[in-house]
Amino acid sequence: MAYPKRFDGRKNDEMRPIEAKAGVIKRADGSGWFKIGKTEAYAAVYGPRALYPRFLQDPEKGVLRCNYNMMPFSGSGDRVRPGPSRRSKELSMVTEKALRPILNLSEFPNAVVDVFIELPQTDAGSRCAGICAASIALADAGISMKDMVAAIGAGKVSDQKVVDLSYAEESHEEGATDIAMSFVHNTKELTLLQMDGDVSKEELAEIMEMAKKACDQINEIQRNALKEKFQAE
Amino acid sequence: MYQELRKEVKSLLSKNTRLDGRKPLEHREIKIEYDVTRNAEGSAKVKFGDTEVIAGVKMEVMKPYPDTPGKGSIMVNCELYPMSSPEFESGPPNIHAIELARVTDRGIRESGAIDFEKLCITPGEQCWMAVVDVCTINDDGGLYDAIPLAAMAALNDTKFPEFDGEKINYKVKTDKALGLAKQPITITVYKCGNGFFIDPATQEEKVYDARLTVSVLDNDNMCSFQKGGSHSLTTDDILKMIEIAIDKSKEYRAALKR
Repeated sequence: MAYPKRFDGRKNDEMRPIEAKAGVIKRADGSGWFKIGKTEAYAAVYGPRALYPRFLQDPEKGVLRCNYNMMPFSGSGDRVRPGPSRRSKELSMVTEKALRPILNLSEFPNAVVDVFIELPQTDAGSRCAGICAASIALADAGISMKDMVAAIGAGKVSDQKVVDLSYAEESHEEGATDIAMSFVHNTKELTLLQMDGDVSKEELAEIMEMAKKACDQINEIQRNALKEKFQAE
Repeated sequence: MYQELRKEVKSLLSKNTRLDGRKPLEHREIKIEYDVTRNAEGSAKVKFGDTEVIAGVKMEVMKPYPDTPGKGSIMVNCELYPMSSPEFESGPPNIHAIELARVTDRGIRESGAIDFEKLCITPGEQCWMAVVDVCTINDDGGLYDAIPLAAMAALNDTKFPEFDGEKINYKVKTDKALGLAKQPITITVYKCGNGFFIDPATQEEKVYDARLTVSVLDNDNMCSFQKGGSHSLTTDDILKMIEIAIDKSKEYRAALKR
């Protein structure tokens, strides 16, 4: 076998250790913190609030606006220059698409719900960690939601199907396939699907099942984070 | 806009207290955590009450500036993330972020804490630059104290990465610390009416008249000033504020000790 044992000794369907908290940013209307292995994400929600410039407003419903950002010292190589990049703009956009379907913003015409995601430390899976943190933050903010969303990367490292690839696995010399997915918890519908790699239809079906199970575990951690905050209050 | 609030803050200060019950010269509890993000060469999280910032240092190799061929350098940048306050907006650093970064930079640079000649690798060819980014998580006031303190804590935590003369291997941190010769403390004293206070909460930052930022060295000498706010200060005010800064810097310096 080309990849008999995972670099960090995990089972193929095992995620890195996860921690989550709700209400970590006092100034925000809602906030979440999600850590998976060495990847760490904060998310803060502001709104619904007035949206400017006005041409961005939707008179029928509120707008969701997400911003994904890596802190300058968060990457494994050189310093990341502050400010938006092509990559961060795309990830902001897919984060928006991952979260929008669960929100009910019909009561907030012309308003915006802002979600800011900041990453102090990354090691693969940062867009998924950001989405997991944002889902906690939206619930914490009391935005009307149909469900929660959880996200995870899953795919292949050499000949093995695995969930939650680490940075070392993504750069495995025999190739790796990473599929970022997010699931709406109760309906199991996907709201995020992105892939780099090579996969057959049969493999994809199996990988999606693995990711779905992982997201069930994440959902429980997200819910516990929220319960912990609101019980404490 | 904040006339009522200003009146209240002034009246409380005259009774030797504040909105949150603190004494005027009492700072909130300071918490410092080191090595909070592994991909930085040094990092620290600093809290003043609910205010929370993260500072990270990336060590880079660059060509020395032409006017200082035998010296390395530092750069301080502040990111006031819209995540941390409804008042911060997306976009390039605004004047507040720039002032915070420059005040932090001067406090460290002018103190002589960093021996820039030791950051030179080959004169005129290669030198180290320590890039300090301080990012806000939650702004509940007092960033003028929290950001410089976080920058110092992260610099104290910094170890050089491995460098083979051509490329930096960020995966390997050496045992060699950046090593600061001094511990300058940057502290800001605020004036509202006739009262002075430190470590403002969000509300207090809206109503002060003037502020004075002072960087205090280990021997109580000072290495940088910055006056801010819309009102003027008398020489007596300034001497009084400096006295407060020197006195209070001891508490911050004690918090900075690991």
